[in-house]
Amino acid sequence: MSLAKPAMRGLLGKRLRFHLPIAFALSLVAAAAFKYGVTGPRKQAYADFYKQYDTTKEFNNMRDAGVFESVRTTGE
Amino acid sequence: MLHLTTGRVGCLLSKQAVVALTGSGARMSSHGHHEVSDSVDMSQPMYWDRLDTPLPDRPWKDVLDSTDKSLKQKEKGPWTALSKEEKIALYRLKFNLTYPEMKRPSHEWKTVIGGMFIVFGITGLVVFWQCHYVYPPQPPTFDEEWQAKQLQRMLDMRTNPIEGLSSQWDYKNKQWK
Repeated sequence: MSLAKPAMRGLLGKRLRFHLPIAFALSLVAAAAFKYGVTGPRKQAYADFYKQYDTTKEFNNMRDAGVFESVRTTGE
Repeated sequence: MLHLTTGRVGCLLSKQAVVALTGSGARMSSHGHHEVSDSVDMSQPMYWDRLDTPLPDRPWKDVLDSTDKSLKQKEKGPWTALSKEEKIALYRLKFNLTYPEMKRPSHEWKTVIGGMFIVFGITGLVVFWQCHYVYPPQPPTFDEEWQAKQLQRMLDMRTNPIEGLSSQWDYKNKQWK
């Protein structure tokens, strides 16, 4: 019944040496995924929208629909 | 469940509180004095079976008969002289339950889950009764017609036209994309 003496020291260090690089890598992956998956497409969507945006046309559409209180619909 | 709740009570609390929470239980064995009721004499060292506090104040068997006494005498010598059965007997003199025995699984979870579902059922009935008898009449804003008009107004206002609601509506063909 002679077992090997278990590790008594350096347990936290061992754990950190294993887990910290993984933690950093996963964090970077998460940040990159968010940047390329969410913020990138979102900025692009906004840019594309405003490239084709005709302010006056949209205003007139909204006015004709009757959503404004300060501007009457055309033809009144 | 008792073991779980009393696990919170560590050595820091007085033993009185520990026993009050654990109840007297099967803690007396071969005890010299006979307890009339279930109350424990707190002025004496106590025995307990606890996972978190391993070494109780007194051994399990206080009152030793002659065989036990001779075994205890033998224990004073070199332990290599003890046989396996003697070592186990000495352990059983000192302790009531082993750690695996303390950790043995029980059927308590079935009671817990069952009780949980019963309470869910009763709560469901209460909620149903409440919906029928307590709630005031629904505001008009929940009607189908109102909701349709509301949605139309939101589209007219071009709410969230880039990524949200109005971006999903096809204004030319008057339908969802």
